[in-house]
Amino acid sequence: MASKLMKTLNSSIVKKQMMAVSGLMLCGFLVSHLIGNCLIYVGAEAFNTYAHTLITNPLIYLAEAILASLFLFHIGMGIRLTVENRKARPDRYFVKQHSGAGATFASATMPYTGLIILAFLIYHLINFKYGPYYTISHGGVEMRDLYRLLIEYFSAPLNVFIYIACMVALGIHLSHGFWSAFQSLGVDHPKYTPCIKLIAKLYAVAMTVGYSALPLYCYLAKGGY
Amino acid sequence: MSDKNNMTLNLKIWRQEGANVKGSIVDYRLEGVSPDMSFLEMLDLLNENLINQGQDPVAFDHDCREGICGMCSLMINGQAHGPERETTTCQLHMRKFKDGDTIVIEPWRAKAFPLHKDLMVDRSAFDDIMSAGGYVNVSTGNAQDANSILIGKDKAELAMDAASCIGCAACVASCKNASAMLFVSAKVSQLALLPQGQEEASTRVQNMVSKMDDLGFGNCTNEAECEAQCPKGIKISNISRMNREYLKASVTAHH
Repeated sequence: MASKLMKTLNSSIVKKQMMAVSGLMLCGFLVSHLIGNCLIYVGAEAFNTYAHTLITNPLIYLAEAILASLFLFHIGMGIRLTVENRKARPDRYFVKQHSGAGATFASATMPYTGLIILAFLIYHLINFKYGPYYTISHGGVEMRDLYRLLIEYFSAPLNVFIYIACMVALGIHLSHGFWSAFQSLGVDHPKYTPCIKLIAKLYAVAMTVGYSALPLYCYLAKGGY
Repeated sequence: MSDKNNMTLNLKIWRQEGANVKGSIVDYRLEGVSPDMSFLEMLDLLNENLINQGQDPVAFDHDCREGICGMCSLMINGQAHGPERETTTCQLHMRKFKDGDTIVIEPWRAKAFPLHKDLMVDRSAFDDIMSAGGYVNVSTGNAQDANSILIGKDKAELAMDAASCIGCAACVASCKNASAMLFVSAKVSQLALLPQGQEEASTRVQNMVSKMDDLGFGNCTNEAECEAQCPKGIKISNISRMNREYLKASVTAHH
């Protein structure tokens, strides 16, 4: 029984399906993270209080553990699949031309955009979660002043540029990955597959634009702090 | 020498004497190619010249030359079966090329398809996958009376579309991961869609996928290059069907 389970989990199809499920769950995280971050537009108190409420809830450790596991699983499985796929063609072609009807820039660069997102993720955690710790008091409660950190960090145009470039890579990754997840899970229908593909594009654009707007806002609003 | 009925081509062909010998791209200049020739007839002409010069002819696979047997292959200028859509190499004609063109001709490349010689690869991995479950075990007896088993027109069409796969392996050749998913999914689908195939549907998909994985084919990344380069226009919706058949079999089958 256990060996049958292992065989199933290691099959090419279930590996892709686990990639799909973890990817879609991460897509959900992106939405919630973006919505939370949009409190930056409301102001320092709203944003800092939101972050404070989030990190002082004891369940945050469980949530972070689940989130970290999802990322690590998705990244690890992605690397494993890419290595296996390279091994499946040890001798490369001299000339290889895309038909124009199949592969897209996004689909052809999934491992690379994935690695860019991984590098960004590490950089992002170092800069913010484990970055400088300022404190401020809102309504008599002492809390971390993340708002100040953001404004400071994004006052450097290079930081804004790197952040936005990574968000473009994220959007490219999502534009293929989101639809691809449904195909891997066997969700396909002549009527709603074009709809899923459209949603994938809209979702990718929304994430790139949504996340890129934050550093731009901080950069442009830096004098206001 | 720009007579349009008499083309001269610069061919770059993969030559390799045997399975364990190092191969390389060799340049040939071929004159007197008619636009009415098929791609394989063009190679026949080259081979005639090579034989007359006492050289070893280029080995390549072919059989019916009618586009239905799935024996011909060839990566032509980086595309499986050449630049024309839904066309096998044997049905590709030289009128698709111009006088003075350079054409790069390579064999299918995948770990699961060891190279025999020059442009010939061993595609018996596909036969192994078929032996693992690509059939119906129940004795069907003589041909049934028409309409004794009712099958909806839409299902019949989908099954027929999947069954038009000729097993040429252009899908594997054109996939950047050398994945055999399009082939296997077509074979799974043609039976899964019909009542006669239902009985063994779950064991079939599990056994065929397991064999496919064991043979060293890559994983699908949903690029759809296979669909674009398939000479029979097999759709990747078959892969999606196989994915759900496999998931269903994995979580419900009692074996």
